Amino acid sequence: MARKITIKDAINEALDQEMARDPSVIVMGEDIVGGAGSPGERDAWGGVLGVTKGLYAKYSDRLLDTPLSESAYVGAAIGAACCGMRPVAELMFIDFMGVCFDQLFNQAAKFKYMFGGKARTPVVIRTMVGAGFRAAAQHSQMLTPIFTHIPGLKVVCPSTPYDAKGLLIQSIRDDDPVIFCEHKALYGLEGDVPEAPYAIPLGEATVVREGRSCSIVTYGMMVHRATEAAAALAKEGVDCEVVDLRSLSPLDLDTVIESVEKTGHLVCVDEAHPRCSIAADISAQVVQRAFPALRAQIEMVTAPHTPVPFSPVLEDLYIPGAKQIAEAVHRAMSGAQR
Amino acid sequence: MADPFPIKSEDLLRAYRTMRTIREFEERLHIDFARGDIPGFVHLYAGEEAAATGIMLHLNDGDRIASTHRGHGHCIAKGVDVAEMMKEIYGKKGGACQGKGGSMHIADLDRGMMGANGILGAGAPLACGAALAAKYRGKGEIAISFVGDGASNQGMFLESLNLAAVWNLPAVFVVENNGYAESTSRDYAVAVDSYVDRAAGFGLPGVTVDGTDFFAVYEAAGEVIRRAREGGGPALLECKMIRFFGHFEGDQQTYRGRGEVEDLRTNHDCIKKFNAKVVGAGVVKPSELEAIDREAKELIERAVAEAKAAPAPTAQDLLTDVYVRY
Repeated sequence: MARKITIKDAINEALDQEMARDPSVIVMGEDIVGGAGSPGERDAWGGVLGVTKGLYAKYSDRLLDTPLSESAYVGAAIGAACCGMRPVAELMFIDFMGVCFDQLFNQAAKFKYMFGGKARTPVVIRTMVGAGFRAAAQHSQMLTPIFTHIPGLKVVCPSTPYDAKGLLIQSIRDDDPVIFCEHKALYGLEGDVPEAPYAIPLGEATVVREGRSCSIVTYGMMVHRATEAAAALAKEGVDCEVVDLRSLSPLDLDTVIESVEKTGHLVCVDEAHPRCSIAADISAQVVQRAFPALRAQIEMVTAPHTPVPFSPVLEDLYIPGAKQIAEAVHRAMSGAQR
Repeated sequence: MADPFPIKSEDLLRAYRTMRTIREFEERLHIDFARGDIPGFVHLYAGEEAAATGIMLHLNDGDRIASTHRGHGHCIAKGVDVAEMMKEIYGKKGGACQGKGGSMHIADLDRGMMGANGILGAGAPLACGAALAAKYRGKGEIAISFVGDGASNQGMFLESLNLAAVWNLPAVFVVENNGYAESTSRDYAVAVDSYVDRAAGFGLPGVTVDGTDFFAVYEAAGEVIRRAREGGGPALLECKMIRFFGHFEGDQQTYRGRGEVEDLRTNHDCIKKFNAKVVGAGVVKPSELEAIDREAKELIERAVAEAKAAPAPTAQDLLTDVYVRY
């Protein structure tokens, strides 16, 4: 039965149900329980934003608080995955991947290929992405393109509670390493989520709003900005279709192309920086695969080529908004250059 | 006469066969690399055989090791098929990694060999993970992380010492100290004189042994491995050893002292030392060792011939095995 729960609770439920189903699922990370070795209560935090709260009571031996030592424990999760476990490691903020990147892109990503097909590395790295928390340059990035670039990694970024639960369950059951990106500003978003476990296949985009005039392709928080823009444009008689990629690697380009073939116009929206972004990648692939379907130039709306600023005034300018997306749709529709 | 060694005589011969096989393998690669037969980078383990052999004799297939760029010796001692290794180093189909890994990435997970590794220190966190999985399985299996003296300075390695101690993992960290991090001496690059001190800094017991003395390695490794199996937690084992060849093949080694390598080969060869001991004690006949020498030579000869004759990977192989499913 579906009820309305938040993304945070949907993720907690996915972990709970997979841990109940499969004893090889272990969860590790900094403060995912909280209070280890301290005189106060255990499960004090349940993760820095409380996403794993309550799991410790059920699975105390499979929830591992770690030292602040990402290289060691992310690597350990990967090593354990090679030895029969299905670890879910929480890398608190994707910004911290700089200190453990080797374990992700040189180790986990390469074992299957580099060892001639013999290895399986069923590990999930859950990590927070995105701006809007006034958390400044080192706690706010959208680094999805960096991981998407790497063969051997899968990259997922849900935008709704329903997708968060189904995609996380699939990621845990998946036999390849998955970088599971959770937008920190979306944890409180509520939506319908069935109680029973279910898996959503990776590499399937979804059309969250159907329309005939212009395709807006995006993922994560920007899905909501795009939907907002589409609602405003609808009042002007511009009927936008919004495609939520959900999974960036593997990528469901077919759904994107199908949409562009219907509308003839494309706006790619990405909270990442513009160069080598998901938006740039989608733009290039659509030009290569469906150039005849395009009736005008593709428009991109991205964060600027700057670090994420701290000042709320600046951060609000940094994050792409519904107004910019609507303007981009107008440009794409009129064929006008910027 | 009482047996003077804490090891059965069939294990002595097994140990000798492993060391001799590694030596033959590496000496042959040295020659074939110079001929231009072998692509890429090759880092040879010759001179260091007693360490891999003395440690691995204590392990079973369920025990995992995370190796280094200088991994051929670890592979052979852990039971990886020599012919498949040679094919891999030649970049051929049917190699241990179907020609997609090469010398620096030979792995055989069924033998508990989690891979040689081109990133120095990267195996240590992986070994922590293997040890964690072993702890959950509860069958007394352990994991060993190998690093050189160079990689012993890597953050990944140092973080792993701490994590293993915090989680009380059944892990052993072996520092193979051959005196050189590539061309830079250990004395320059490692700030402490003793790895026992470095281990103590992480709350771990540390032991230093003469890595050219098979018996010393065997005994010390046996102790820390037994302790880890019994839930006593991680430890660090330093093996002081020597490198017969350069960092990689093609290294002119101008940084080494005059006569250094000749002295090492003459006076500190772990295989010569082993022979002198076991023959001197009368537990093994020279003819038994000579028979193993011949067999090892033939084994490597066959492996090279098979590797040269093996088919190359095809264009189709380029795109396979990136993911289990995509």
